[in-house]
Amino acid sequence: MGVLYIARETFEAIRAHGEETYPQECCGVLLAPDGGASTARGRRIVSSVRAGNTRTDSAHNRYQIAPAELVKIEREARRQGLEIAGFYHSHPDHPALWSTTDFEEAHWIGCSYVITAVDRGKAKATNSFLLTGTTEDDKRFEQETIEVEEQDIGAVRR
Amino acid sequence: MTIFIPTPLRPCAAGQSAVEIAASTIAGALDRLTETHPDLRKHLFTGDGKLRSFVNLYLNDEDVRYLPAKEATPIKAEDTLSIIPSIAGGAGRTSRSAFAAGEQSVKAASRSLATDH
Repeated sequence: MGVLYIARETFEAIRAHGEETYPQECCGVLLAPDGGASTARGRRIVSSVRAGNTRTDSAHNRYQIAPAELVKIEREARRQGLEIAGFYHSHPDHPALWSTTDFEEAHWIGCSYVITAVDRGKAKATNSFLLTGTTEDDKRFEQETIEVEEQDIGAVRR
Repeated sequence: MTIFIPTPLRPCAAGQSAVEIAASTIAGALDRLTETHPDLRKHLFTGDGKLRSFVNLYLNDEDVRYLPAKEATPIKAEDTLSIIPSIAGGAGRTSRSAFAAGEQSVKAASRSLATDH
C-alpha cells in the first residue's frame, strides 16, 4: 500500500476545515513540491489551500471546486514551486470512504483524494485514496496510508 | 502560448507541466499539442472530436466555453491555456445509520487506517 506523507500543520488544517463547515462538506487542494513524487516510499503534501464549495444546492453531501478557482490556485502554487498533488473534502456524518459520486467525479489520475469524516461537528477518521489507472475506463481508487509528519510547514488558508 | 498540463496528463506529455505551442487560435494550439503528444488526444477529446465534458479550458482566467468565439478565439504569444479536469464529489447519503455502518465497514477492513487522530 502506498504512503501519503502530510505535514502535521496541513493535516490539522484540513480536518479543522471540515469541522468549521459542518454540516456542509468542505473542500480544498493539496500541494506538493513536485507533483507529489517526493520520496521513494511515498508522496509528501506540504501545504493545503481551502477552496469554495460551489454546490450550494446540496453542500451537505456534495462538493465542487470551481475550475476558475483551480486556475488561480495552480498559478499561485507554481509561484511557490508547488504543484497540485491531491484534493481533500469532508463527509459530514458519513464515513471517510469514497462514495460512488466521489469515484464518478474523480478525474485527476495520479492524485490523492483525502476524505475526513466529521461526526456531529468533530473530525474523526481521515483516509486517503490514490486515483490510479491510465484512463477513465480503468481508473480506480487505491487506499493509501497517511503518515503525519511533525514539520513546521505552512498551510495557506483562504 | 503556454499550455499548462494538469498532473493526470503529464505522463502523456513527456512528464512536462507546461508546453510552449505556437498557434493562432485555441483550437490550433490544441491541435499542435496533440500532434506533438498524441496520447493526450484520447484524454481530452471524445471519439467524435468533442472536448470531454469534465475537461475545462481556461484562456488566462476565462472559461473558453463562454468566450464568444470559443476554441476559435485568437491567441497571443503571452497567453496561457490551462487544462483543468473537474474536481467534485461528495458523500451522497448522510444518515446516521449510514455513518455507523460505514465506520463498522472501515474497522473491519483495516484497523490500522480508521483511527481518530
